[in-house]
Amino acid sequence: MIGAITFQVGVDAISFGALFAVMALGLALLFGVMRLMNFAYGELIMVGGYTMYFTQDLGVIPMVIITIGVVVLTSVLMELIAFRPVRHAAPLTLLITSFAISFGLQQVAFMTVSKGQGKGVSPYPWLTDQHEVIGVRLSNLDIITVIIAIGLLVGMTMLLRRTTIGMQLRASTEDYQMAQLVGVRGNRVISFAFAITGFLAAAVCLLFVLRTGALSATMGITPLLIAFVGGAIGGLGSLTGAALGGFTLGFLINAIQASLPVDLSSYTLVFAFLFVIAILVVAPNGLIDLIHRGRSKLRAVRSRPTEAQEEPA
Amino acid sequence: MLRIDDLMVSYGRVRAVSKLALRVNEGEFVGLVGHNGAGKTSTLMTIVGTQRPASGSIEYEGDELTTLSPDQILRKGISLVPEGRRIFSRLTVGENVRIGGKVRSDRDGVDEEVERMRERFPVLAEKWDRSGGELSGGEQQQLAIARALVSGPKLLLLDEPTLGLAPLMVDRVFEILRELHEEGRTILLVEQNAKRTIESADRTYVMRTGGQIQFHGTAKELSEIGNFDTAYIGMAQERVE
Repeated sequence: MIGAITFQVGVDAISFGALFAVMALGLALLFGVMRLMNFAYGELIMVGGYTMYFTQDLGVIPMVIITIGVVVLTSVLMELIAFRPVRHAAPLTLLITSFAISFGLQQVAFMTVSKGQGKGVSPYPWLTDQHEVIGVRLSNLDIITVIIAIGLLVGMTMLLRRTTIGMQLRASTEDYQMAQLVGVRGNRVISFAFAITGFLAAAVCLLFVLRTGALSATMGITPLLIAFVGGAIGGLGSLTGAALGGFTLGFLINAIQASLPVDLSSYTLVFAFLFVIAILVVAPNGLIDLIHRGRSKLRAVRSRPTEAQEEPA
Repeated sequence: MLRIDDLMVSYGRVRAVSKLALRVNEGEFVGLVGHNGAGKTSTLMTIVGTQRPASGSIEYEGDELTTLSPDQILRKGISLVPEGRRIFSRLTVGENVRIGGKVRSDRDGVDEEVERMRERFPVLAEKWDRSGGELSGGEQQQLAIARALVSGPKLLLLDEPTLGLAPLMVDRVFEILRELHEEGRTILLVEQNAKRTIESADRTYVMRTGGQIQFHGTAKELSEIGNFDTAYIGMAQERVE
């Protein structure tokens, strides 16, 4: 029985962790390419939420396709209209621009779509149907969340590792100016990064809204915070790091929530953030940096007897 | 091939390069030496378009470069091996080399050039699938040169390629440059290692702080200039040793 409960907690934690990893990945992609902490990321999720509301009567598949299209388009337009003119400005200008877009879109939503009665997306009963697999209860939505999140992480990894544009993105993430000096077209790569971010935000939005159903003008703030904190503990400069950080945060929150006594469960985030602080004390540059340093040390130990005569880089 | 006249580069009120005049002819190996902060890197950065000049002209094969973007300049056949290597440490060695061919439209040509780099730099071929960050300083320098060569440059610019390298690797870098020169490549080398540069290059420009050319000539001509050895070569020699 205890084993089944633990397994259930583990499965739930993996499901949440995978979703949080996708969130952090979207934020980290732009941070890597432009050193831009895009606080308007949450509003992409909000735009997606209201697109779902207005298209829900068309059926699931048209709703999903239109939502993805609208969010990707919003993300690309965000770059073209707001970020491109200030691309070479100081990082602080970019940050303030992202706040301006974020608050601007929230206010537009307050004055238009979120005005009046609270709106929501009707739940799909088949999504909440539960199955019992070796003592673990799983809803269709849980299964879909894990499949989509893993699919997106694998897809992103393939895109980044196996395609030319992925290679250019990784190069631009590391040294944008040098990437341009070897012929990588900055505008194209940045537009592509915004499109991918939009796609990831749309996926997060679909999975979130189908779970909660509720919509509001400020609904993007929580996913943004999760993506930001997850990215920070993993290492926002690295896509793998951000995904790892997002996964760790999602896993932690879920596992802590399930482990705490009922009267302490409202303190879940307090405990989770204590863990986050502990991680940042041990790995101030993120978990990925800790892993890289560990690997380098291990390699240095292994190669010591045959060490080259020249100095390391 | 490259003709720089009256070039002035400033960072705010600080003038990095002043009234610079420099020529590089096709197939020539030209050196540009000077003390730290003399304006050598600013000169290269202005040639490749990442720094806009305050005034002056940079003409390459008859076209003015000062109004072009770094991408357009690269497509004209000018490639830079930057100071500090700046290889992409998270990309594999192979990817680092291949991304240098991004500027070319002929995929087959890139494949052939990549294969040539594997033969020219066996140390890179051995570590092809490792990440660039795992290489030693000398290996990273070879990688930076290979990356620049894959673009098929007509003019290769190198910014302090021996900086921070052990003497054996310095020899290796100059050997690579000699080979490239013998193949007919046009090279503009910026270095603090004045002695080795003057010995290797067809002609060398000596820059003083503020970015003006103080001396210019072949190794023989420069050796005939009074006080030159003490002021530049001697100091550079000490630094190397």
